[in-house]
Amino acid sequence: MRGLVKRYGDLVAVDGIDFEVRPGACLGVLGPNGAGKTTTIEILEGLKPPDGGSVEVLGRSWNESPREIQERIGVQLQETEFQDKLTVFELLRMFRSFYLHGSDIESVVRTIGLQEKRNARVKTLSGGQKQRLSIGCALLNEPEILFLDEPTSGLDPQARRRLWEVVESFKSGGGTVVLTTHYMEEAERLADDLIILDHGRVIARGSPSAIVASLGAESVVRFALAGTDIHELAEDELNALQGVRSMRYEGATISLSVVDTPGVIAGLFDLIERRGLVLEDLHTHRATLEDVFVSLTGKQLRDD
Amino acid sequence: MTRLQEIRELTRVRVLLFFREPEAIFWVFVFPIVLAAVLGFAFRSGGIEPSTVAVVQGEGLARLTEAFEQDEYLEVEIFEVREEAFDKLRKAAVDLVIEPGDPPRVSFDPDRSEAATARLRVERALMPAADGATEPLVQLEPVTETGSRYIDFLFPGLLGMNLMGTGMWGVGFAIADVRRRKFLRRLMVTPMRRSSFFISFIMSRLVFLVLEIVVLAGFGRWILGVPFRGDVISFMIVCVLGGVTFAGLGILVASRVRTIEGVSGLMNLVMMPMWLASGVFFSYEKFPDVLHPVLRLLPLTALNDSLRAVMIDGDSILQHGSEFAVLACWCAVTFLVALKIFRWE
Repeated sequence: MRGLVKRYGDLVAVDGIDFEVRPGACLGVLGPNGAGKTTTIEILEGLKPPDGGSVEVLGRSWNESPREIQERIGVQLQETEFQDKLTVFELLRMFRSFYLHGSDIESVVRTIGLQEKRNARVKTLSGGQKQRLSIGCALLNEPEILFLDEPTSGLDPQARRRLWEVVESFKSGGGTVVLTTHYMEEAERLADDLIILDHGRVIARGSPSAIVASLGAESVVRFALAGTDIHELAEDELNALQGVRSMRYEGATISLSVVDTPGVIAGLFDLIERRGLVLEDLHTHRATLEDVFVSLTGKQLRDD
Repeated sequence: MTRLQEIRELTRVRVLLFFREPEAIFWVFVFPIVLAAVLGFAFRSGGIEPSTVAVVQGEGLARLTEAFEQDEYLEVEIFEVREEAFDKLRKAAVDLVIEPGDPPRVSFDPDRSEAATARLRVERALMPAADGATEPLVQLEPVTETGSRYIDFLFPGLLGMNLMGTGMWGVGFAIADVRRRKFLRRLMVTPMRRSSFFISFIMSRLVFLVLEIVVLAGFGRWILGVPFRGDVISFMIVCVLGGVTFAGLGILVASRVRTIEGVSGLMNLVMMPMWLASGVFFSYEKFPDVLHPVLRLLPLTALNDSLRAVMIDGDSILQHGSEFAVLACWCAVTFLVALKIFRWE
């Protein structure tokens, strides 16, 4: 997609996004709520027309051959509620009837691991099972591209892993995946390429490791000062420490992006002692996508 | 898969969902039968109520009671105390009070129709004694044939009302529900043809329609004794056209509404005038003459008139081209408009 724009009244939800998805790869679209992830993926799915830019799916455009695209893609939408009183099999059978070509319903039931729930009504399924059923409905036509919009939102960790396995088995069969998420762990595990969105713009792109590397730091060191305003320590003083790439004040803590964590910590202890301050709550972790995101936008990915 | 399989699967899902909804079964099958039974009982024919007359003790009492005994529709209660008789009158426990005299004095409430009937019966009972006239002034022809009872008028109207209600609720509710669930959007990203979606609603309606008609018409025919004089083909044509028309109206009503509450309100707004003015419970002829042409343009009026003509008068639908045309127009126009304005997103 090139130069994609979507407006809602005055609000520009998507502001000039371009990207390409490699066949057989998984593209993760990462960003906080309201970044334009869902709008972007819904334009790709043909649910919304773009206000500007061009979109090609499988080499076709939505204006010219919508049915052909629909035959070849699988879609899971956010917030779809299935009819409670239908069974898993009945629902899959209905979706199967829309496609000219596709797989056997029983094999999809196995893929999504709902054999024991085959004849159970939708209302008896757990959140994770419903979500796998939703993906099952998207797999019936053996799609070439699978679109997943926040597929594990609100699921517990175990249900989330079960769902990832389904997506991974689709990928291992050569399928292409476009996935929106605001979970770092999900992006790191499933995505081969990532774009990070904020306010309808791409703020970073590349493989997850390349994006983390773009931070230019291995680790993050975070600490607070006991009984003192953190601004006691000036930006210059901290940046002057050997190994610090960048620093930020985050509420009551200071966050340093660093290479050579032990060296930085030693230097930090020195500095604090010289200044007669008291260190509190020091911790360090390997740099993650979350840190990239925070350093790019100054915001956390998730509110929760 | 083929187009036909798509329609078959969508229809199957609609039928399954309907039968898994106990409330729907009640409103479609049980409610109309209960309504017909209750109204048929309440307005049963042949039950002429006798008048109860309070006679106060006095001179000439015997002459009055003797005259009243001749009339099987007059029941006499004798009171020794005048006030007790008037107390009963106030409570409407008796229809009138008569005090012997020359002439006897009759007290009654002129606003009560039972009292007016009682008065006429009392006067007639006393008339021969007054002038000795015995020649009847009119020739009486009692009509007791089936087809002219209230239930015979009512039943086709209830059938029409039920076709309207089930068509509109069944389709309108289901559409509002799939939209509320965001299930409609999910269908939009499949290659499902939009026409198949609508056809499945019509097909599932036809399945229920046959069941509904068989159950209700069977009840009417065998339990209430309502006549079915016309041919079965005409009857089925009218029912199917009516059913499809109201299914279309259901789609139209639900075509843009986002919530169940919204669709309920709009449904009632559309149906309420027709319950009253389309001749379900009483003939629309009771409205002023100038309104009749307008009322005949309502789809339920056309359906009820056709049903009555076929069932009671034994006509063929071919004799009722104008009603047929009204229904067919509604059917065509509602579908066209509904498809045009339908909100998929």
